[in-house]
Amino acid sequence: MVDFKRSILMPVLVILVCLGIDYVVPEIFNPYLQTLIAYSGINIILAVSLNLVNGFTGQFSIGHAGFMAAGAYMSAFLTMTFPHWAGPIVGLNFFFNTIAGGLLAAAAGFAVGLPSLRLKGDYLAIVTLGFGEIIRVVLLNIEAVGGARGMYGIHHSASIFWTGFWVFICCFTVTRLMNSTHGRAFLSVREDEIAAESMGVDTTKYKVRAFVISSFFAGVAGSIFAHYLCYLNPSSFAFMKSIDVVVMVVLGGMGSISGSFVAAIIITLLPEALRPLQEITTIDFRMVIYSLTLIVLMLTKPQGLFGELEISDLFRKYVKRHS
Amino acid sequence: MLIKTLLSLTALTLTLTSCTKKQEAENSAGTTAAESSEILVGEYGSMTGGEATFGISTHQGIMLAFKEVNSSPEKLKGKTLKLLSLDDQGKPEEAATAVTKLITQDKVMAIIGEVASSRSLAAAPISQQYKVPMISPSSTNPKVTEVGDFIFRVCFIDPFQGTVMAKFAAENLKVKKVAIMRDVKSDYSVGLANYFKETFTKMGGSIVSEQTYVSNDIDFKAQLTSIKTSKPDAIFIPGYYTEVGLIARQARGLGLKVPLLGGDGWDSSKLFEIGKDSIVGSYFSNHYTTDTTDPRAKDFIAAFKKEFNAVPDGLAALGYDAAKVLIDAMKRSKSLTSSTDLRDAIASTKDFAGVTGMITVNEQRNATKSAVVVKVAGDNNTFVTTINP
Amino acid sequence: MEAFLQHIINGVSLGSIYALIALGYTMVYGILQLINFAHSDVYMIGAFIGFYSARWLNVSDAPGYGSFFSVLFIAMIGCSILGFTIERLAYRPLRKAPKLNALITAIGVSLFLEYSGQIVFGATPQVFPNILEDSIVATFGEVRVTKFDATILITTFALMLILRHIIQHTKLGKAMRATSFNGPWASLMGINVDRIISMTFVIGSALAAAGGILVGIKYPKIEPLMGVMIGLKAFVAAVLGGIGNIAGAVLGALIMGLAEEFVVGYGASTYRDALAFGILIIILLFKPAGLLGKFTVEKV
Repeated sequence: MVDFKRSILMPVLVILVCLGIDYVVPEIFNPYLQTLIAYSGINIILAVSLNLVNGFTGQFSIGHAGFMAAGAYMSAFLTMTFPHWAGPIVGLNFFFNTIAGGLLAAAAGFAVGLPSLRLKGDYLAIVTLGFGEIIRVVLLNIEAVGGARGMYGIHHSASIFWTGFWVFICCFTVTRLMNSTHGRAFLSVREDEIAAESMGVDTTKYKVRAFVISSFFAGVAGSIFAHYLCYLNPSSFAFMKSIDVVVMVVLGGMGSISGSFVAAIIITLLPEALRPLQEITTIDFRMVIYSLTLIVLMLTKPQGLFGELEISDLFRKYVKRHS
Repeated sequence: MLIKTLLSLTALTLTLTSCTKKQEAENSAGTTAAESSEILVGEYGSMTGGEATFGISTHQGIMLAFKEVNSSPEKLKGKTLKLLSLDDQGKPEEAATAVTKLITQDKVMAIIGEVASSRSLAAAPISQQYKVPMISPSSTNPKVTEVGDFIFRVCFIDPFQGTVMAKFAAENLKVKKVAIMRDVKSDYSVGLANYFKETFTKMGGSIVSEQTYVSNDIDFKAQLTSIKTSKPDAIFIPGYYTEVGLIARQARGLGLKVPLLGGDGWDSSKLFEIGKDSIVGSYFSNHYTTDTTDPRAKDFIAAFKKEFNAVPDGLAALGYDAAKVLIDAMKRSKSLTSSTDLRDAIASTKDFAGVTGMITVNEQRNATKSAVVVKVAGDNNTFVTTINP
Repeated sequence: MEAFLQHIINGVSLGSIYALIALGYTMVYGILQLINFAHSDVYMIGAFIGFYSARWLNVSDAPGYGSFFSVLFIAMIGCSILGFTIERLAYRPLRKAPKLNALITAIGVSLFLEYSGQIVFGATPQVFPNILEDSIVATFGEVRVTKFDATILITTFALMLILRHIIQHTKLGKAMRATSFNGPWASLMGINVDRIISMTFVIGSALAAAGGILVGIKYPKIEPLMGVMIGLKAFVAAVLGGIGNIAGAVLGALIMGLAEEFVVGYGASTYRDALAFGILIIILLFKPAGLLGKFTVEKV
């Protein structure tokens, strides 16, 4: 019974829920809020996937935007050059292009993951940062994808349905992974590499694995981004984008999936929610307030919003305390 | 456990989104009440971030135009114009979000923006989709107006301006060997350089060295040292004044004495302030000159100085003209409620006397106007020649 | 050959500016293991303090070393106070929190300084006043060494020697080294660790201010986001040399400066930034703790 539930019921349920959301969202929200929901979804994928490397495996990557760029450009390039290679259905093409983008990003992640054989902490961080910058500079110089002029006219295939679908796949994969043997191995690498190694965990293999899975989803997020915005420019994947994602992970709590989920939504919506302030004062205080919020949150809640706990744990704690 | 997590997350998302929903309802209620006496116009631009200086200049130009209309006795058909400006931090995705908000939530009548083609290209399809006219003050990439029939611009396009400078270099300066230094991060710079190269080589000249830099760089000596070894007769630097001043200084410091050529991105009083004597004697293509006898440009410069206590740069002038063209079209438009009427009015703009020249909107929705080549001579730029499209 | 010599002079001059900023990163990292993202913005504030103080002192009419040093002095004092305040308010409360938290706070402080800078100073670039007249001090054929290049090089090395003296030969330096070696043990030995950390920030920020002024006179265009790119490169330079190591930071910065210069000078200017990072990655693969950093093997 459990097998049936896991293998058939859940996917069907998820697709139904996503279709439901896809149907309901345009009815309730205006296009502006829909855009924000889509961006929240993209950021959730980015944050949850980065959490796998930074939060669970204890490595320090600040080049997530680079992987996102690789996936975005790859999938957009496929959509532009071979619009119907997987048949006449737009959604199916988009699905396969997204996977292709994710795979390229995963390959890039593998290339970055390998140096983690030797590098630790901030040195690894610099390599990921450098790698992200290299991807961006290379994209700026490839005329086939537009260079500085950007890639214009990508088909608008990413709907709320696809965003929701991939958000689910990403959260599901990471959750299941963390509750499996592999997850324990990831955690052991974070907690104590030497101890893990002496217990027979191949730490290198797990670090590389974390990088590959995490960059795959970054690539997927990039693909959704490309097909939602319908325009790509290397300036969207600058160093600050990677930092934004790191902020989401730390703010939500290192090693908390629901924390990343919530923090991604907050970081996406906060600057938008501050827009009315700009209209009133005519001076743009948005980023000043954003940065102050960041500092204050870190000073008052150093563990992030959820710490290492999931939202369900918090809920259980709450129930226990009040019963 | 998983299902529980999912459920709680869904609940959380719903509460969060319902909060924003409520806020939105309040906002739209606010605007409908004032609708009768006001016309809302949206603007999106880079007010913060790395390219804030361009966004703010444009914004000031637009504000000046709006202020002039609102303080005139007849206003705009008796209504006041209200400008809603949103910041996009210089990111394409933020530009798209900002325009979506302006159109679907604030329900603006028309949109002015953006400086950079990359942001305009991200936002233009949205404007087109909802059929709200958009006028870009200074996006020079030809593709921007190709998006659709609701997208206009008041500036030159890259092919035109690149050709102008190539012609000027070959025919007026009579140089044979030119080095190019372009800003690889800026689509404007890359576009101009490409068209310059194409025309200049066709006219028999040769490009002896091609170097690149990145916006916000401060050291260009490496590029200039390489350029020096190729012994060019002139250097074409299609970039913004923020870097060109420094490039000129360092070029002279290295003993490169050839004239520098550029485009309208040079137009700012900061160019001379940063470059000082090094930049004097260089040429760039522009819309107008500061030693003009044209009363409109003179009035504009005086009014701008009075309002913002600064000399307007080219972007401010283009922002001002974009707003003026829009206002003029609104005056001529059959109605102020239909966006198609407004679009037709903008499309039929003919010989509109703007600060940056006589603007006629052509079939591709681009402004056709003549370019002038000016020579930097201290605080003022002197007129050299006019080149017609 | 002449071009080659000129490239070397350009590269060293650029590298010495990276070095001044890299020193601040490396000092803070050596003691706190914190990447102080706000450092590059302290550098920006230094340039702006120089800008306003030169205006206030009215020294731009009398360019010369007198006005240069007075402006430099004011900026260094101003930034020391700023650095002290940032440490006190934003980093000290997080001394016991995980490292990443302090990092996020540092990013927050950095964004705060940048964006409030855009509001207070304006986003338009300002022209740094002419506090020192440029001239050519030496020519070898077509190769020129300017007074600015010489001043930057000499100031950088003078400050570096002073710093070295402080760290190696004073009581404060000894305490700093002890804290960097092992904080808790140092405090057991009677060292006031908090005070030492504050001092580190004060010295690092003063160096950043010097960097700001030197950049200001050589490249007289200052704006609130001027620190972003140069800060990133200086930080990379510090890691390249082995972060936490003073001599390493200088070496790394010079390598960065020269590498950028030669990449552009010999062909591939479009790939400059990519190649700079590429070289960094390759060096790190062979020397995982940077050029002069000590690779510590973790033991149980």
